[in-house]
Amino acid sequence: MAKKPKQDKQEVSTTGHTWDGIEEFDNPLPRWWLWVFYATIVWGIWYVIAYPAWPLVNGATAGYKGWSTRGQLEERMTEADAANAEINAKLASAELTEIPDDPELNAYAVSAGGAVFRTWCAQCHGSGAAGVQAGGYPNLLDDDWLWGGTLDDIHYTIANGIRNDEDPDARWSQMPAFGDILDSESIDRVVNYVMSFSGEPRDAAAASAGEEIFLNNCAACHGDAGGGDIYQGAPNLADAIWLYGGEYETIRETVTNARFGIMPPMGGADLSEAETRAVAVYVHQLGGGM
Amino acid sequence: MADSQPNAPQSLYAAHEPVFPRKVYGKFRNLKWVIMAVTLGIYYLTPWIRWDRGPSLPDQAVLLDLAERRFFFFWIEIWPHEFYFVAGLLVMAGLGLFLFTSALGRVWCGYACPQTVWTDLFILVERWIEGDRNARLRLHRQKKWDVRKVRLRVTKWLAWLLIAVATGGAWVFYFTDAPTLLIDLFALDAHPIAYTTIAVLTGTTFFFGGFAREQICIYACPWPRIQAAMMDEDTLTVGYREWRGEPRKNSEEVRAGAAQGDCIDCMACVNVCPVGIDIRDGQQMECITCALCIDACDDVMAKIGKPRGLIDYMALTDEARERSGELPKPVWQHIFRPRTILYTVLWSAVGFGLVFALFMRSNIDLTVAPVRNPTYVTLSSGEIRNIYEVRLRNMKNDASRFKFSVKGDPTLVITLEGTPYTSVEVAPDEMRLQRVYVTAPPNSAPARAESTDIRIWVEDTGSGTRDFKDTVFNGRGQ
Repeated sequence: MAKKPKQDKQEVSTTGHTWDGIEEFDNPLPRWWLWVFYATIVWGIWYVIAYPAWPLVNGATAGYKGWSTRGQLEERMTEADAANAEINAKLASAELTEIPDDPELNAYAVSAGGAVFRTWCAQCHGSGAAGVQAGGYPNLLDDDWLWGGTLDDIHYTIANGIRNDEDPDARWSQMPAFGDILDSESIDRVVNYVMSFSGEPRDAAAASAGEEIFLNNCAACHGDAGGGDIYQGAPNLADAIWLYGGEYETIRETVTNARFGIMPPMGGADLSEAETRAVAVYVHQLGGGM
Repeated sequence: MADSQPNAPQSLYAAHEPVFPRKVYGKFRNLKWVIMAVTLGIYYLTPWIRWDRGPSLPDQAVLLDLAERRFFFFWIEIWPHEFYFVAGLLVMAGLGLFLFTSALGRVWCGYACPQTVWTDLFILVERWIEGDRNARLRLHRQKKWDVRKVRLRVTKWLAWLLIAVATGGAWVFYFTDAPTLLIDLFALDAHPIAYTTIAVLTGTTFFFGGFAREQICIYACPWPRIQAAMMDEDTLTVGYREWRGEPRKNSEEVRAGAAQGDCIDCMACVNVCPVGIDIRDGQQMECITCALCIDACDDVMAKIGKPRGLIDYMALTDEARERSGELPKPVWQHIFRPRTILYTVLWSAVGFGLVFALFMRSNIDLTVAPVRNPTYVTLSSGEIRNIYEVRLRNMKNDASRFKFSVKGDPTLVITLEGTPYTSVEVAPDEMRLQRVYVTAPPNSAPARAESTDIRIWVEDTGSGTRDFKDTVFNGRGQ
């Protein structure tokens, strides 16, 4: 076989451009590159017909495939729902208190419940579930529960809500506004007495004078020792936790005008049974579950 | 194209000229056969090696389990968080390539590169079916597709296709249990990804080994370009002793009466070359240093009674020495140079580091993430509690019970979510996410302080292996 002829660069014509004596060869485009380029043109035309492409006044051309990001999201949500259908059915039908004993179901409930919580509950209770004391939104991480901290209690509260008009089964209780019942001095005494349950009252003399007022007016719901009553949603006044705050002014405001915290019912229209159960399991395992 | 070049009527496109390497015998060819057998053997057989790891783990010696995110290599099991081992291996592979290239040039390309090995295999099959170089050339030039040409071509393509399918097929066995997958593949029960992977690799093997061949090395592979930076004047490459061979027979000088050199212009070196170059033109980018031209030329030199080595492994420094009549440096002086020694030292250092890390690694892996939202929780008793999310990996083959404890302040108490005990069981080869509570009494130092440094310990109650993580305990700050 003869030697391959050496390509003589002089045979290739130049573009005629010269910069400082440097000439530019006028070599043809590589053929593979050219064909890829043509292929991209064909593909581009197809793409414009197939997918949303031309911007018009009220949106873009739809494309014959009818593809859209919203449609894609919907499709994937449907897929995800279908994939979770089995475990959701299991979650909805299982005995509530036995869910934590099933590792697989529990892991799913905690994970799904976390997502539900961040979507539906975090607005009031905070993304970390620590609540907002200024608004009277309870902290869900501690061991103090207004209406009970068992899984069943939590689930009932989530499903039916508190003091709302939408759900006839909502938990309901109301503290009278003692500003209409007691005079200012009596309120001062009872507030000092309440403060003495868990710490130092502002005025020790007033506190001891407030005991009788407390027993006559408050003990029916909050208990003789201020321990509260979860069956009436009456807060424990003797522990270290205050729903609205433990300062004299805050307690005085509570006694004078009462409080009326509302929680909407999440069961039914908003969340499915599997979702309310999932979020109950999630809240229960945050640290305070009984 | 033609419009811009009115003076260049003929096409400037040069069609690819196929290369038909001739059969060759010799020591380098034999070495290449051995390396081919070993590398192909490793590739095809590795997935079938079994390695017992107990009931809960796969028994395949080498397995890249993507679904479970594990890499098994005989007794070693790599978890995703230990990916630095793979990075280390890649660094070693890089340094190894530098070492071999600076000492022996493109020895990887010539002997061990899959493109070379499979092309060699494909050419071997081609030679069995269509005959040696001359027969293949005739068949190639024969325009008419008669029965014989069709039969030979179809047989060859089928044989290639078989090799290609086996190549793609072997690849997927590295990713799942090989015997199960083999049965599934034939029963058409395997995952579509397995079939797609096999199809893609079959296609590329068939095309790269059968048709693209040396063009991959010349046009597609970046390594020939990089090698220039990795080689120096002491690197051994394949070269032609031009001062001994020239003027070659049939050259104008010889015809004009000059004394003929050792090269008899038999073209043996060109005919055996798998990349279609003439090594007598000097070192060139296309050369993969497969050394087949050395074997071919040595054979001819033996026949005409001249010493071997007209074409041989040599370095640029040797050329200068030999031209001035000195002896070339011995091979070991080319190989043991400061540069190659440095590469070897670096390579071994990374290797020793990896082996050390492998033996030192614990089979517990612990991460502790303090919950910062909120920083602390007041309990009804007035105690201050911090929450930690602990990820605990049990990298052993059997379930283990792990006991938690906290150090930092004697008043701190550790409790776990979901269990009254301070220990949890983690299933074999699993990761467990556990909420851990550390609680300080109402008016203790940690409850009052802004933050207290603590250390969370985890002990495997079975083996006594311990591990810890340092974190902080946040108090009321007053």
